[in-house]
Amino acid sequence: MSRPPAVTLQVSEDAESDGQEPSPCNEGALHTSFRQLIQEQSSLAEAAAALELQVQAGGREPPEPWPAGWPAPEQDQERAGYSAATLRVLASMPSRTIGRSRGAIISQYCNRTARLRRRGSRPPLQQLSRAARPSLRQHRPDTDPAAATLQEKRSLLVKELLSLSPAQRGHVLLSVPLCLAEKRTLRQELMGQRGSPGEGARRGAPFSPCSRLEYHVMLGCRGLWYGLLSLLPAAQPWHRSLKQIGSRFGSSVLSYFLFLKTLLMFNVVLFLLLLVFVVALQAAYPPAPASRRPFTGLELLTGAGYFTHSLLYYGYYSNGTLNEPCAARPNCSAAAPPLPYNMPLAYVFTVGVSFFLTCILLVYSMSRSFGESYRVGGPAGDLAIKVFCAWDFKVVRRRWAKLQSENIRTQLKELLAERRSRCRPRSPRRQLERVAVHLLAWGLSLGTVLGCVVAVHYFSGHLHAVQQGAQARAGSAWRREAVPLALPLLVALMHAAVPHLYNVLAAWEEWDSPVREVYVAVCRNLLLKMVVLGLLCYQWLSRGGVCSSEACWETCVGQDLYRFVVMDFIFTLLDTVFGELLWRLVLEKRLKRRQRPEFDIARNVLELIYGQTLTWLGVLFSPLLPAVQIVKLLLLFYIKKTSLMQNCQSPSKPWQASHMSTVFITLLCFPSFLGAAIFLSYTVWSVKPSESCGPFQGMETIYESGKTWVNLLEKSNPNITWFTWIHQYLVENTFFLFLVSGGLLW
Amino acid sequence: MGGSASRLPREVLGEYQELTFLSKQEILLAYKRFSELLPEGEKENARSVRIPKSRILTLPELRANPFKHRICRVFSTSEDGDDSMSFEDFLDMLSVFSDSATSEIKSHYAFRIFDFDENGALDREDLENLVNCLTGQSEESRLSSAEMEQLIQNILEESDIDKDGTINLSEFQHVISRSPDFASSFRIVL
Repeated sequence: MSRPPAVTLQVSEDAESDGQEPSPCNEGALHTSFRQLIQEQSSLAEAAAALELQVQAGGREPPEPWPAGWPAPEQDQERAGYSAATLRVLASMPSRTIGRSRGAIISQYCNRTARLRRRGSRPPLQQLSRAARPSLRQHRPDTDPAAATLQEKRSLLVKELLSLSPAQRGHVLLSVPLCLAEKRTLRQELMGQRGSPGEGARRGAPFSPCSRLEYHVMLGCRGLWYGLLSLLPAAQPWHRSLKQIGSRFGSSVLSYFLFLKTLLMFNVVLFLLLLVFVVALQAAYPPAPASRRPFTGLELLTGAGYFTHSLLYYGYYSNGTLNEPCAARPNCSAAAPPLPYNMPLAYVFTVGVSFFLTCILLVYSMSRSFGESYRVGGPAGDLAIKVFCAWDFKVVRRRWAKLQSENIRTQLKELLAERRSRCRPRSPRRQLERVAVHLLAWGLSLGTVLGCVVAVHYFSGHLHAVQQGAQARAGSAWRREAVPLALPLLVALMHAAVPHLYNVLAAWEEWDSPVREVYVAVCRNLLLKMVVLGLLCYQWLSRGGVCSSEACWETCVGQDLYRFVVMDFIFTLLDTVFGELLWRLVLEKRLKRRQRPEFDIARNVLELIYGQTLTWLGVLFSPLLPAVQIVKLLLLFYIKKTSLMQNCQSPSKPWQASHMSTVFITLLCFPSFLGAAIFLSYTVWSVKPSESCGPFQGMETIYESGKTWVNLLEKSNPNITWFTWIHQYLVENTFFLFLVSGGLLW
Repeated sequence: MGGSASRLPREVLGEYQELTFLSKQEILLAYKRFSELLPEGEKENARSVRIPKSRILTLPELRANPFKHRICRVFSTSEDGDDSMSFEDFLDMLSVFSDSATSEIKSHYAFRIFDFDENGALDREDLENLVNCLTGQSEESRLSSAEMEQLIQNILEESDIDKDGTINLSEFQHVISRSPDFASSFRIVL
């Protein structure tokens, strides 16, 4: 690879990025001089062009800046009418040599570093030379990097780097696109120059024993910190599995598994908080044992029976101080407990704090994902982007690489066909037809949603009546257990069947753009899930609902949510088995087609979001529900990965992975988490807890426990009135909460 | 892992960490994989030996890549032009393709990889070569010449700002900056 020396025409580089605005007439002067230069060059060099090309063909390295592999003069006529000499001049422009020549890269970075240094300081007016072009005002002959040799350029760059701060220096060294050997040379020169007498005098300041000790301690701490940080990638779970998936199926399918990992992290945080502050302590001080039913296997499915009076549900948790020594024994001394642990307060605070933390984490991931994926400018340039960014370098095996090539070829052909058809104007009748089709499809999908909602409403009413009847009659045991399972079964069946109907509708609609098709499918599925969940929440909290007749309605709601989570998991499993495994067998054996079923990313992600919403809804009523969700997610990862490897192929439609990841995390935040937070706030602020069970028995609302505690605190210790003042004016004042949430979002 | 760590001296490891986007773990893993490619007798001085291109291309991460020859050519600092790679060239390559490399440096090297004739700009032949690499080299997997012409015309319309019929580095980086997926697809993990 020949490395021609750098170009002499560096002037254009600095023109735009000075602090001073160049006046328009100066820029015009720049353009005319450039045009003149090209004309001069072409007139001068035309005569000698043929001779010089012969010299180059003879194999000698020509002294002028000349790219290797220069095309023969005949081909020049095809290149937009430029002559050989003009093309030569153009080829030696900085924009074209930057990519190739080491010297050009060093000069470019030298200029950049100089600009970085100069950014803060404008030169005083007296120092400005009289030159017309603003670019030349700061262009001094002795520091012009363009005309120097490689060694001189290197020392210039080193000089510029020395004037930067160490952090900036490190950043420039990292980001300069030179080979490693070159960077090491630069670094060694930097170290050498830093050790010179000029620097040494500054560092030779008195190094007292105290500061020496501090210095060593700091070094030691920093070494420890770096050691810990380097362990962090090794502690990443599933690194190998994710790499395997990414290398075979590409970034699109990988985004589903990364989303699963994110959800797992949220649940782990939630679970740890609840475990430490609520569950573990209640387990250490169990309440008076109620009559426990024996454990049969059915409890794992229904969440009732043995589990009813256990740590799993709200009803188990006590409503007083936990380590009260005088609870049971009559003749104990009245000494105060060392550290009174007020369970109701702990319960409500832990749930509140964990939701707050989840909110912060969600907003942070959403903003980071948005920052990575948002790009100015619309879909213009998508063919160029498609070609340049199409190849996923993670793909490893030859067979998968071949599949990827086929995918890319299909996508390119489709895009080109779409462009050709777009050029042909569509008749107004056809456009009207399409609008009518879309409206009809949306009407059908909304109708389906309405139908499902009405079905759920009537079915749950019917179930309630059946259950009342069964209790009155004291019917068979299995019937009592099976009836509560019917509603989750119906809802799960709906969620499994209706998306297939939506797929049929989408195929009938014939969308032009596959990306828009995916968005519409996601919208419709999400609408169905959220509306049904909304109806269920209303039923749980309303007076006439299924659980309102129970003594301990919170435990009942917790059990219902547990059943929904378990049923959702079972149906996901069934969907994987039938949708992927069986379908692949059918395609291969019966229909004899080589194609495998595609992994439907959007539907799977929505299922994950739905499951997470259920968990968030149920945290207040069942503190161990995040643990159930963690187990479910772990199992789901391995099952989905196995099924993917055995049965599926990567999606053939184009999939903007980072954009869709942003959409998914936004969907997780907005309908899902926001809905759960609203549900929680409504429950805490307005719903009356049950009389006989749980930490908030007998109070008007759960929120009252907080107020009671504050009053108690005020009475016991008059000195901390400032705390009650904070509580009264800040927490209860909605304006302050508004400010805080606004600050958080910003 | 302990054995290979003792073969790479600590200050060299620290230097590599400062000058590349790789973490310590990744550098040690790269060293291990690089030494595995060497013949038995030369495993000790892995840092000073050059591995010929044919051995490098046996790595599973490069074996199936249609741009493998270009990658070896761009990252090799061999003066003989035989595209052999030293350990530092290997680290360079892994650093550019790593997770933490900036989009700017990735696009810079992507440009050099796609510039098949190495004239500093992507002209029509380069683009044609690029598309052929993407779709597969066999006859039936290539695009027809009409489609190829339409594709190249569209690409040049979209990205060639100064209308000189070629795409230079800044135009390329401008196009790439509009795609957030570039950084995640331009990634090789050992």
